Amino acid sequence: MTGWMDHLTIAPIVLPMLAGAVMMLIDERQRTLKAVIGMASALALLGLAILAMTVADSGAAGVRVYRLGDWPANFGIVLVLDRFAALMLVLTGILGVAALLFSLPRWQKAGAHFHSLFQFQLMGLNGAFLTGDLFNLFVFFEIMLAASYGLALHGSGLARVRAGLHYIAINLSASLLFLIGVSMIYGISGTLNMADLAGRVAGLAAEDRGLLEAGAAILGVAFLIKAGMWPLGFWLPNTYSTLGAASAAIVSILSKVGVYAVLRLWLLVFGDGAGASSGFGGTVLLVGGLLTIGFGSIAVLATQNMARLAGASVLVSSGTLLAAIGAGQLSVTGGALFYLSSSVLAVAGFFLVVELVERGRAVGADVLAVTREAYGEGDDEESDDGGAGVAIPATMAILGIGFMSSALLLAGLPPLSGFLAKFAILSPLLAAGPDVPVTTWVLMAALVLSGLATVVAMTRAGIDAFWASPSEEAPRVRVAEIAPVLLLLALNVALTVQSGPAMRYMEDTARSLHAPRDYNGAVMSVARTPGTMGGSQ
Amino acid sequence: MELILSLGIGVLTGSGVWLLLRPRTFQVIIGLSLLSYAVNLFIFSTGGLRTGAEPILEGGRAGNLAMHADPVPQALVLTAIVIGFATTALFLVLLLAARGLTGTDHVDGKEKSR
Repeated sequence: MTGWMDHLTIAPIVLPMLAGAVMMLIDERQRTLKAVIGMASALALLGLAILAMTVADSGAAGVRVYRLGDWPANFGIVLVLDRFAALMLVLTGILGVAALLFSLPRWQKAGAHFHSLFQFQLMGLNGAFLTGDLFNLFVFFEIMLAASYGLALHGSGLARVRAGLHYIAINLSASLLFLIGVSMIYGISGTLNMADLAGRVAGLAAEDRGLLEAGAAILGVAFLIKAGMWPLGFWLPNTYSTLGAASAAIVSILSKVGVYAVLRLWLLVFGDGAGASSGFGGTVLLVGGLLTIGFGSIAVLATQNMARLAGASVLVSSGTLLAAIGAGQLSVTGGALFYLSSSVLAVAGFFLVVELVERGRAVGADVLAVTREAYGEGDDEESDDGGAGVAIPATMAILGIGFMSSALLLAGLPPLSGFLAKFAILSPLLAAGPDVPVTTWVLMAALVLSGLATVVAMTRAGIDAFWASPSEEAPRVRVAEIAPVLLLLALNVALTVQSGPAMRYMEDTARSLHAPRDYNGAVMSVARTPGTMGGSQ
Repeated sequence: MELILSLGIGVLTGSGVWLLLRPRTFQVIIGLSLLSYAVNLFIFSTGGLRTGAEPILEGGRAGNLAMHADPVPQALVLTAIVIGFATTALFLVLLLAARGLTGTDHVDGKEKSR
């Protein structure tokens, strides 16, 4: 373990921690300095994530293991960088840059310590994606959540405090479930290392198996609360719709962290090598995912408020992912990963667009006589920041393009990547064999109908916002606010154009997730050779 | 000892869940605290219950869980206590903010129809 490249695995955690800690010490009035540090850190993180992705994608032995404190993996905590983790790091990096850029003209001024919280949020996310240890996953979940509590309340106001109260109470309860699940798994298997656990599941005694599965189920509930699966996700649209747009863009990936944890642990621990426990809980994921799509579609149709519409579409995308994962087929998982990437970018972009559009509507809100209490504060700050950037012409046209593209992406209509992603999920399901199971037809119907519901709701909201709304003047939008929206859209276009290489990467990722031999081998082989790494002194 | 511990965990969990479902914010935070005590005891118990087991390995003898207390649950419980304390403190601040902004201590920020 010599040379700087070996520390690549931990750099995405250490960098935002240092940046956030340094900014705590800087006076709140020096916003420019904080913005520069924050932006430099976010850009560096994106660079590191892309570097990590190229490293993880190079050859079959792309799994890199970093042992904290140089303890062997069965005693210490390991960080593991593989294709899946690298993919999530890149998505986090992109959202980090986009959301931070968006916050610069306006949102960073709405409360104290925004930049530090933002960096800690990135740290928690990166850590959750990189860790190879269950309890360490809990710690990074808590860092991520603590930062998200701060970001959820950023800007204060009655609606945010009210929704934040529920959000925090629910997540604290979920954390307790997480702890119960982890400790049950430890009590039965005697390990917290994910790779080690995967190796031990097959050899468990029959009387212990039930307890381990119960522990895993409790752990799964904690993840599914984050992901917003049907009976556990009622808090999600409410909370997300009250967030400030910059916070919402980054916090929207939190639901995908739940999906990430389910996908990683389920395939690792209850994959093909798990003996009698193989495939445990797959039906729950599939059915739960389908119900979530159903509930999300109804929520999409029922909502009057664009921010709630964005929150409801998070539910739909979570449900689609869970159902596709629950299908438990290798080729479907590849499509699901493509859908994950596309929807993370699309949802974040949509949250940003919604805020800009709603800002324009706030002018004529009294004419419309629609109560939008989720958006009600912060307008008075707008007049005094004329120096932050020039208001761009043809604002409404650009916002309209952004809104329409987001609608196409979220509904899964051609020509953008949302369509390709849904296609990539459905086509292997139908091509599997001559007799297609009922669940596949249900999943197909759910995907198509949820797309239809999204189109209907988006069209209604779009007509209302762009054509029917009698707003006298276009919203004042800065370049730094429209740029991240266009960046996220451009990335989705790039994902569409380069779908061949992207799909190849996703399929490689899915293959290594379904056959975690490389992952387990890399983690455990490092464990077997203690002492060889100490030569750098 | 097993019976006492499991009864303790059960009573704490039961009271915690009951309080968590109550409509007042103070009851919710006490409920969460009781639940986290129960969870901490539960984590502690996963290492096995024994009295008089040595905490530290002696020199010259190979480590064996039959002779020593399992250190991992103790480390876990310590981490869980610290994190639980921090998040409870954060929640408490939010409760005060909610009380100030809404003028009520109801969890939904408004009293049910009166």
